[in-house]
Amino acid sequence: MSDKKKKKLSPVQQEYQQFAKEREPKRPIAKNCLRAFVAGGIICTIGQFFHWFYMTYFNFTEVTAANPTVASLIILSMLLTGLGVYDHIAQWAGGGTIVPVTGFANTITSAAIEHRSEGYVLGVGGNMFKIAGPVIVFGVFSAFIVAIVRLAVEALGGML
Amino acid sequence: MEKFIFAFLVGGAICMLGQLLMDVFRLTPAHMTVSLVVVGAILGGLGLYEPLIKFAGAGASVPISSFGNSLVSGALDEAARNGIIGVLTAIFETPRAGISSAIIFGFLASLPFKPKG
Repeated sequence: MSDKKKKKLSPVQQEYQQFAKEREPKRPIAKNCLRAFVAGGIICTIGQFFHWFYMTYFNFTEVTAANPTVASLIILSMLLTGLGVYDHIAQWAGGGTIVPVTGFANTITSAAIEHRSEGYVLGVGGNMFKIAGPVIVFGVFSAFIVAIVRLAVEALGGML
Repeated sequence: MEKFIFAFLVGGAICMLGQLLMDVFRLTPAHMTVSLVVVGAILGGLGLYEPLIKFAGAGASVPISSFGNSLVSGALDEAARNGIIGVLTAIFETPRAGISSAIIFGFLASLPFKPKG
């Protein structure tokens, strides 16, 4: 916590912050990183297999094959989420299952399944993008800004 | 064959970066994925992400950072063809497969499956 924030707290609150900090379990950073690396690597290798498959047996190029690859992984991840397997993998792998596109699919599916009891329109439809929404919002907005900046630089005769 | 090894290494490295953002910088998973998407969009705008995909294949196109890149690349391609309005009309051009399949299969999954645990 920054010093600026600290000043606003009463002494009792500061004491509690200290108390909570001391008792927070230490995160095993090295172990978590290794697990994320292995799990993420395996998911990307499976993706590479789909990539190779679509390039060899369908007329996709190196770059366009990414589309069906992502779609296949999404289907796979949704099946695993629905069957309740993905959560167990994620428990072990941490960031290794959140960062790949399978994690994105997992958040959509789990939100959809979880809110099913509230009905299909307001429950499933309304909550599906509850967790995945920020990714789309910030992705689209930052992409818009980046594209505009890039075009402006090009128009001004930049060397990009 | 070496493509598979590069995919494993690069994909694993990006996931490890995400794990580091969560553990060392104390970001929530949502903040972490959003940061990666924004970084991917910036790298895409600089033209650095496409070479990475060519080098590592799915190792670069499967992590969520490629979502940012594909948004930018679709917008820029269309802007090159039809002028600046292409940024608005084609921003979902490349990642549409991911978005539409996520919506379709996410909804389908909510039909037969019940919440677990």
